[in-house]
Amino acid sequence: MSHALTPSQTIGPFYWGTLVNTYRADLAPPGVAGERIELVLSLFDAEGALIPDGLLEIWQANSHGRYNHPDDRRNLPLDAGFEGFGRASTDTNGEARFATVKPGRVPWPAGGMQAAHVNINVFARGVLNRLATRLYFEGDPGLAEDPVLKLVDAARRRTLIAKRDGAGIWRLPIHIGGAHETVFFDI
Amino acid sequence: MEKDIYQRPATGQHPLNLSPAYKSTVARSPKQPAIMLPQSLSEITGPSLGAERLNALENDLTRQRIGEPLGERIVVHGRVLDENGKPVPKAMVEIWQCNAAGRYHHPGDQHDAPLDPNFTGGGRVRTDDEGKYEFITIKPGAYPWKNHHNAWRPAHIHFSLFGPAFATRLITQMYFPGDPLLAYDPIYNSVPEGARTRLQASFDIETTRPEWALAYKFDVVLRGRNATPME
Ligand SMILES: [Fe+3]
Repeated sequence: MSHALTPSQTIGPFYWGTLVNTYRADLAPPGVAGERIELVLSLFDAEGALIPDGLLEIWQANSHGRYNHPDDRRNLPLDAGFEGFGRASTDTNGEARFATVKPGRVPWPAGGMQAAHVNINVFARGVLNRLATRLYFEGDPGLAEDPVLKLVDAARRRTLIAKRDGAGIWRLPIHIGGAHETVFFDI
Repeated sequence: MEKDIYQRPATGQHPLNLSPAYKSTVARSPKQPAIMLPQSLSEITGPSLGAERLNALENDLTRQRIGEPLGERIVVHGRVLDENGKPVPKAMVEIWQCNAAGRYHHPGDQHDAPLDPNFTGGGRVRTDDEGKYEFITIKPGAYPWKNHHNAWRPAHIHFSLFGPAFATRLITQMYFPGDPLLAYDPIYNSVPEGARTRLQASFDIETTRPEWALAYKFDVVLRGRNATPME
């Protein structure tokens, strides 16, 4: 029996508070293993204007490289209290912040390992379909062999690579269009 | 390339990102095509958004404040399925909407219509083992927006679902059958013609509660697993 997919629509400008208030932008309470990091994601439109009414979601593996999900059946530790999901709206500066731990590496279906990365969903007024992208870490061992980055034109890879800014803070601008347009993925 | 775990949407299912009749899409849509990504663990896993996050009565938007909100009370219910017709159990369904007068309980909404102190317009529920969900709410009003001259959004309820994986994430809107504003709405009409009626709920006399509330049925279909998944 085949059922027709429900089409996507914009989140609109007035998404209700529960979408952000009941989900943590702080993913890693005390006791969770791993290197503490803060991600600062900023959102821009095609003209370079910041987007203050966007919603960003992140999904990541824990510091051991294990996803908290039944389809990740590998024998690696799960951290109590770390789900790996965060949601935050952008503020008047177009920024959303997430306190988390640096994810471990996860395997690639055709073999080998992916570099450490965080999966990102972008929603906003005027965005009709969820925009999926990734965050990688500048200087990370593994970037050169990452199979996903290899799918991306060398000149555009930098749009996926966060830069370190002070102790544990990583910044990544996300441009929905324009000269610095971020790479988005069809997953 | 490895076989996809989750089916990829055929063209004609979702809106194009650039849908110029909806003006905000012009500066908020990528120009470059999305890069096809084989599905790894990163894409086939996703948050469970478990029951521990839910409070009682979050699916009854008429009982979240001291008094009852004004407007026409309705039941909105349905099933969350995948493309193979399989129910999606224990899936978090989140909704938000304006009040009966067409005003959102949101600081950014400046529409000159009354706020209702008894209606915040947000609700959440998890589907049961058969993928069923139900909300009690009030029928949202139409509201004007500045997209073009005399632009009005048809009455709608926003829906957010994650489903089983990062790949199945969906945000959409539910509309009401027979709404004359649908014909004029660039957001509804951004969906290709053969697919847009899927966003209309159906009036459901069976579920209507006599002397109390009308009912609407809205099934949501998420991407399904491929027939022979790689296990
Ligand atoms: Fe709306």
